[in-house]
Amino acid sequence: MAGRDNVAQAAIAPCASGRWQGNSLSDMRRRMVDRVATGLCWAATVLVLLMLFSILFVLVRNGVGGLRWVTFVHVTLPPGQGGGLANAIAGSLIQTGLAVLIGAPVGLLVGIYLAEFTATDGRFINLVRFVSDLLLSAPSILVGLFIYMIVVVPTGHFSGMAGALALSMLVVPVVVRTTEDMLRLVPLSMREAAIALGAPRWRVILFVCLRAARDGVATGILLALARVSGETAPLLFTSLGNMNWSVSPTAPMASLPVTIYQYAGAAYEDWTALAWTGALLITAGILMINITVRLGLGRNRK
Amino acid sequence: MDRSATSPSALMGVARGNGDAAFAAIVRCAAALILLGLGGMVAVMAWGARGAFATFGPAFIIDKAWNPVTQHFGAAAPVFGTLVTALLAIALAVPLAFGIAVWLTEIASARIAGVIGTLIQLLAAVPSIIFGMWGFAVLVPFMAHYVEPFASHTLGRMPGIGPLFRGAPYGTGFLTGGMILAVMITPFISAVMRDVFLSMPAVLKESAYGLGMTRWEVVRRIILPWSRTSVVGGIMLGLGRALGETMAITFVIGNANHIGWSLFSPGNTIASLIALEFPESAMGSLKFSSLMAAGFLLMLISLGTLVCSRLLLRTRSAGR
Repeated sequence: MAGRDNVAQAAIAPCASGRWQGNSLSDMRRRMVDRVATGLCWAATVLVLLMLFSILFVLVRNGVGGLRWVTFVHVTLPPGQGGGLANAIAGSLIQTGLAVLIGAPVGLLVGIYLAEFTATDGRFINLVRFVSDLLLSAPSILVGLFIYMIVVVPTGHFSGMAGALALSMLVVPVVVRTTEDMLRLVPLSMREAAIALGAPRWRVILFVCLRAARDGVATGILLALARVSGETAPLLFTSLGNMNWSVSPTAPMASLPVTIYQYAGAAYEDWTALAWTGALLITAGILMINITVRLGLGRNRK
Repeated sequence: MDRSATSPSALMGVARGNGDAAFAAIVRCAAALILLGLGGMVAVMAWGARGAFATFGPAFIIDKAWNPVTQHFGAAAPVFGTLVTALLAIALAVPLAFGIAVWLTEIASARIAGVIGTLIQLLAAVPSIIFGMWGFAVLVPFMAHYVEPFASHTLGRMPGIGPLFRGAPYGTGFLTGGMILAVMITPFISAVMRDVFLSMPAVLKESAYGLGMTRWEVVRRIILPWSRTSVVGGIMLGLGRALGETMAITFVIGNANHIGWSLFSPGNTIASLIALEFPESAMGSLKFSSLMAAGFLLMLISLGTLVCSRLLLRTRSAGR
């Protein structure tokens, strides 16, 4: 970072004063082009930041009114009868929790495989890493369709478990990525020391390498949690949603994103207001996880 | 991250004892699970789609009809909508992402770039349904009241490009969908661009500045040629995301199975079609199968794009 900055400043300083340049027409043209390009870069950055603030502003303006006690303790009710989001909040927590419980161990194991077994399974590892990267960006609605076909259809009903499974398919590639990257940062000397003491390979990996990479791996799991807690599309055909209080993973289960989706398009004012409150809650939660993780990472890197 | 440099397992190449064999078997099973996941997705979609492909044949892809009453289905309109919105999104997002990446790496000081870069990455963390609601509440009225009437009165009267900007100003439609997607994918593309710009050896830039190049000339003549492959890979990654996006686009696309040349006309995408119509289709019906077939097409399109993206991004990091 520091090196880059020196370059930029050394180069920009004379450029900004403009004294070293000749005054010929082509020099003026070059300087104009440079100014215009710089201005456009500023404009692009400002425009996208404005979008972010506009989204946050609209969320707070429309959603803050619904942050009342009743929203958190009452289940969803038909329009005009009040009601809250309690079942949706509980459903979201259960489903994302289960998704992480299922997805994180698998992601960890695959991450370990990609980082630690390169000597023996090189080619297969490249394939697995490639496919895991594909899953990272695969359309999430198709993940929902897949789980519908292999879980909902055979069991005969929608369920919170099916929703959690769909989400866990999105957790795995995120955890794989960070786990592999973090394990590769563990110094070779630590492995050598452990092996020299006679530890078997699996103990070296689990109790030395993974322990050293603990913070980074936890970060990856948190980011995966943040990512799936806002996913709507995979839940539409798996956990479906539920108007009543239900915490059983074998029954259809409500979730914040699906409730938001159903309420946002409704024609009833109290429903749209609740949708905005739900949207505010979920965005605030996700952004908080992200900010915490990024601040933590920044501190560790120094 | 350089994946090839470290190879700790070289020194652990030989497995010792039963524990190691068991552990290796477990992690290999987990890895196979990943392959099974993607392979299973493709296979299940193809299996579900067999009814539609058997009934309509390959013409399903180019058939414009989507009529549950006559049981006649074709994917041309949603495929068209998917491609148009994704390409519009790329056209809008690439200049923005490039501008941001140049600003972060070449213009802003390191400390400010750190803060602003984090803020822009936060935009990538916002769930897609929030983009949809924001688009519906903010962007759609804005387009309907200001942009679309103005554009159809000015650009719409021009010969040649006129038809692109005509039509009723609903606010929803291809252009609005493309704009929402553009806001969503800009952080992804700019993150890839920033990383490769930062990974460039400083001496290349220093020598160019030393020869008296302006900043823009360094970006245009030195940085861009050096990082071209990865930049294209990043753009393809954004395209892959835009193609498969569901919730954001469902709110603003207008949901009409319609192919129109006007950017303002309502349309549909595959993902949005599935989200809306799947709950209303009975298992085993022709409509169900047609939706699975549309999903299968989406799978092929987006996997194709993502494979290109990963190959481009990988060749580059392996080559240097």
